[in-house]
Amino acid sequence: MDPNHRRNQLLSIGGTALLAALLYAANSAGSDYTIRILNNCAIFIILAVSYNLINGVTGQFSLEPNAFVAIGAYTSALLTLTPMEKEISFIIEPCIWPLSVISVPFAVSLLAAGIVTAFFGFLMGFPVFRVRGDYLAIVTLGFGEVVRVIANNTQSITNGPLGLKGIADHTNLWWSWGLAVLTVFLIARMVRSSYGMAMKAIKYDEAAAEAVGINAFWHKMLAFTTSAFFEGIGGGLLAHLITTISPTLFTFFLTFNLLIIIVAGGLGSITGSILAAILVTWGGEALRFLDEPMDLGLFEIPGIPGMRMVIFSLILIFIMIFARHGILGTREFSWNWLSGKLGIGGRPR
Amino acid sequence: MILLTAEALTMRFGGLVAVNDFNLHIEKGEIVGLIGPNGAGKTTVFNMIAGYYTPSEGVIRFRDSVISGLKANRITKAGIARTFQNIRLFSELSVIENVMIGYHCRIRSSFFGATLRLPLYRREEKMMVDGAMKLLREVGLEEVARERSTSLPYGKQRRLELARALATGPQLLLLDEPAAGMNPNETQELLELILRLRTDYDLTVLLIEHDMKFVMEICERIKVLDYGTTIAEGTPHEIQNNPRVIEAYLGEVQRA
Repeated sequence: MDPNHRRNQLLSIGGTALLAALLYAANSAGSDYTIRILNNCAIFIILAVSYNLINGVTGQFSLEPNAFVAIGAYTSALLTLTPMEKEISFIIEPCIWPLSVISVPFAVSLLAAGIVTAFFGFLMGFPVFRVRGDYLAIVTLGFGEVVRVIANNTQSITNGPLGLKGIADHTNLWWSWGLAVLTVFLIARMVRSSYGMAMKAIKYDEAAAEAVGINAFWHKMLAFTTSAFFEGIGGGLLAHLITTISPTLFTFFLTFNLLIIIVAGGLGSITGSILAAILVTWGGEALRFLDEPMDLGLFEIPGIPGMRMVIFSLILIFIMIFARHGILGTREFSWNWLSGKLGIGGRPR
Repeated sequence: MILLTAEALTMRFGGLVAVNDFNLHIEKGEIVGLIGPNGAGKTTVFNMIAGYYTPSEGVIRFRDSVISGLKANRITKAGIARTFQNIRLFSELSVIENVMIGYHCRIRSSFFGATLRLPLYRREEKMMVDGAMKLLREVGLEEVARERSTSLPYGKQRRLELARALATGPQLLLLDEPAAGMNPNETQELLELILRLRTDYDLTVLLIEHDMKFVMEICERIKVLDYGTTIAEGTPHEIQNNPRVIEAYLGEVQRA
């Protein structure tokens, strides 16, 4: 259909290779701090892009990612910890069988995290999609809390408030960015397929979508379950990055951060979610200098702890004032758009 | 062959009876009009047939199977497509995407097949694009295929909604005030378009319309509703001279 298809494919491969080269450079020359931020960026890209699928693309405003990330993180961490480590960690109540004896490779644990989370998402979808709009937001928010409370109280599975410690730090740049690229690739493909179009149709007008034969409920379930799958993988990566997880990590604040990212990026835009994920994760660190004392020549500003959060909030407020629909609205990056902007041409469609 | 039958349909909203004991038979290939003053219950009848409301009483049959109580998307798949009184396009999507969506309910590719772009999906996607283009040509919108649907002028949006409904492959088309807001020229074009589509796509049409000239010209049979009750039925000629219809529209004639 698109005459520039081949060129675009090559450009995409080239772009991925460039990213790989940059990561290689960062991996060998970058400080631990840089590497940590880059890992965070990749994980938040995964989380934001998959959250955007249900909130932005399908337009179902929901507030459950903290639940999904928690399920994914616990699943994969419990699967990679060795039986010995579990015996040491679970001091109040021993870990239940068969979790107590299982130990699998990292890759398997990530896949399992995705599948288990998707399964929970699927089950959760039945009750939550009986409602819409504000009610959906409230019900999903409730689920997020329920998962956290369960994690706190199922001592023999999650080790309760003590959390899991000593998780191997398997997550490196290759894992995090590799999976981020894969997630973006798959979700972008899906959104461009007719299933994605049907999801967008539901967002714009659910009644009209039903009128053209789209089963709104199942398409919402599809978006929700897919979103859960990738949130679960993101959770697994997160657990193996920070190596210690406990229920306090997965409060509503996590969901709230992701919500800021997808709204600032533009609800429904994958590119927007990626940009905003990088901006928020990296920007939060880059603004750290604002907390330090500053010498502006004429006068000196004493360090005000928390100043960066004030500035960060102001930036977000400005984004929302001047770009009401987020940085990108519902637009997406494409090679055709870029070559058009640069005036390099390519064959017109 | 009878395509659609509605038997003793009643729709109550709390204490209000919106439609009372409504009966309808539509033969394959017919164009039937449903008219009546505002609030007569015409759109309620549409919503019952299209699956947006479940009738309080009564049964709807479409090609020998009972469809009352099914959800709207199932009814569309069964072969009944509709347009809306107030145009409802997928606003941010392009014109061609609006039509392609109509084909989505007919593809066999699974979600995974579509995401991975397996050969079956690629074939089906081509079918969707080609089919949508053909329908856009049919309604005269091929020039604006890549434009945003809501950037189109009103009359074209109406035709786009028609193309989208056709994409679902219907046998029965429900048109809710298709000529509303159109000038006489556009109305005439629409009339010709509907007649042409009926022959080309083997359609049966049930329509609601307030433009009497349009209704009298296009419909072979007309049903008149007032306060939820059928007050008349017949050919356009019979309806025009029916005293009850005149009374419903113009009020009772005062005797001097």
